[in-house]
Amino acid sequence: MHVPLDLLDDLDLFRRGFFGTVLLTAVSAALSLALGALVAACRVCPVPPVRLVGTVWTALLRNTPVTLLFLVAVFAAARIVGVGHFALAVGALGCHTSAFVGEALCRGVGSVPLGQAEAARSLGMTSWQALRLVVLPQVGRAAVAPIGGLLAALTRNSAIAGAFGVTELFAQQRRLSAIGHDVLGVFVWIAVAYLLLAFVISESFRLLERRLAVAG
Amino acid sequence: MNAGVLFDAPGPKARRRIRIHAVAATAALLTLVGFTVLRLSAKGSAWELFSSPELQQRLADGVLATLKAFALAGVGSLALGALLAAGRLSRCRAVRWAATGVVAFFRALPPLVLVFALYAGALPPLWSLVLGLALHHGCAQAELLRAGIDAVPRGQTEAGYAVGMRGYRVLATVLVPQALRTVLPTVVSQLVVTLKDTSLGYLIGYPELLHVGRLAAANTVASGGHPYAALLTATGALYVALCLALSALARWIERLGARGRG
Repeated sequence: MHVPLDLLDDLDLFRRGFFGTVLLTAVSAALSLALGALVAACRVCPVPPVRLVGTVWTALLRNTPVTLLFLVAVFAAARIVGVGHFALAVGALGCHTSAFVGEALCRGVGSVPLGQAEAARSLGMTSWQALRLVVLPQVGRAAVAPIGGLLAALTRNSAIAGAFGVTELFAQQRRLSAIGHDVLGVFVWIAVAYLLLAFVISESFRLLERRLAVAG
Repeated sequence: MNAGVLFDAPGPKARRRIRIHAVAATAALLTLVGFTVLRLSAKGSAWELFSSPELQQRLADGVLATLKAFALAGVGSLALGALLAAGRLSRCRAVRWAATGVVAFFRALPPLVLVFALYAGALPPLWSLVLGLALHHGCAQAELLRAGIDAVPRGQTEAGYAVGMRGYRVLATVLVPQALRTVLPTVVSQLVVTLKDTSLGYLIGYPELLHVGRLAAANTVASGGHPYAALLTATGALYVALCLALSALARWIERLGARGRG
């Protein structure tokens, strides 16, 4: 395929886009993991109304498009002055992904056999010890693979932020196409960057999974 | 949820504590809901605007445009997914590699990047959206279908060969029918993602639901402002309803299949 070399003149735009995507994804991932843990905690809480909050949060955010969340964030920002595009994007992406992270963690809780908790209790562990030493490590192990997939999806969703004023790869694709570069050439460059990110994420999660795996 | 892993069966003290917390949380929730309702009804006229037949018509058109894009992209993605899954299971190495490469490439790309490239390459909005989504989600579906076929026990394939079937005959009459049953839930959740992704049409000017809702809010002035909150809430509710309906449809089909197997 013909890769037009004149794009090299605008390498700086491209570079800023790439690091924009990396930063946006990393910060939103941190937010979504924290919120997702909270959502999962709500959904397994023995207090029914709290469980309801977790369920409703999940059902709403799983079934709304990210683009709509971005519009809501922009609308909300018109009232809260001083919140930048980047923070809005992090909010929208983080909230959206948190519903899926919560779901993955709940499935992880569901995958731990009841006997594990019973064994911990019969060894005389307090409920906090059983949670910290027996249950949560297994939840984490079960949730690593799905969360890796979710972070890959988050990287892809982060492209939408480019349409709402954040400097990242999609924004630069639009900019580079608009200033007259070959559309296909720009697409190939941007695609290579996203492929690289997807590869890094999937490989690091595969590594993590292997590190956490136990014999048998 | 499997809460037995996390908590012991509650005794009388724990049950009392749960009850107290439940009452407190309900009170807090009701206060929050009440406060929101009060604030929204304070600007009451924003909600009256949904009684206008003109706006209802516009929103209905938006839903139809979203469904049209979704139907085309959904069917396209399933067809492409089936084709690529067959390619990945092919006995010819070149076909297998080509299919694997295509799937890996388009799955890693954000659909928006694809849709925009097609749009900038002078395709009309609807077809950029449909093609872009069909390519991305087709590759995702291919991966799901292949995983489903791989999960069918090996003995099934061997039995097919043993009664004298050929490769694709085994695939079509033995493996695919069994795989479809197990992958249906994941295929449908991928279709739900496809449905949500039709909202990317908003960014390239395809008049789908989100676009219509946003435009209607910008064109209307109610009680001294644009009713963005009301219209975004309504569009969001419509998206949630569409996605939940799609999931419900899938559960219904699944039940039909289960009954047929009886």
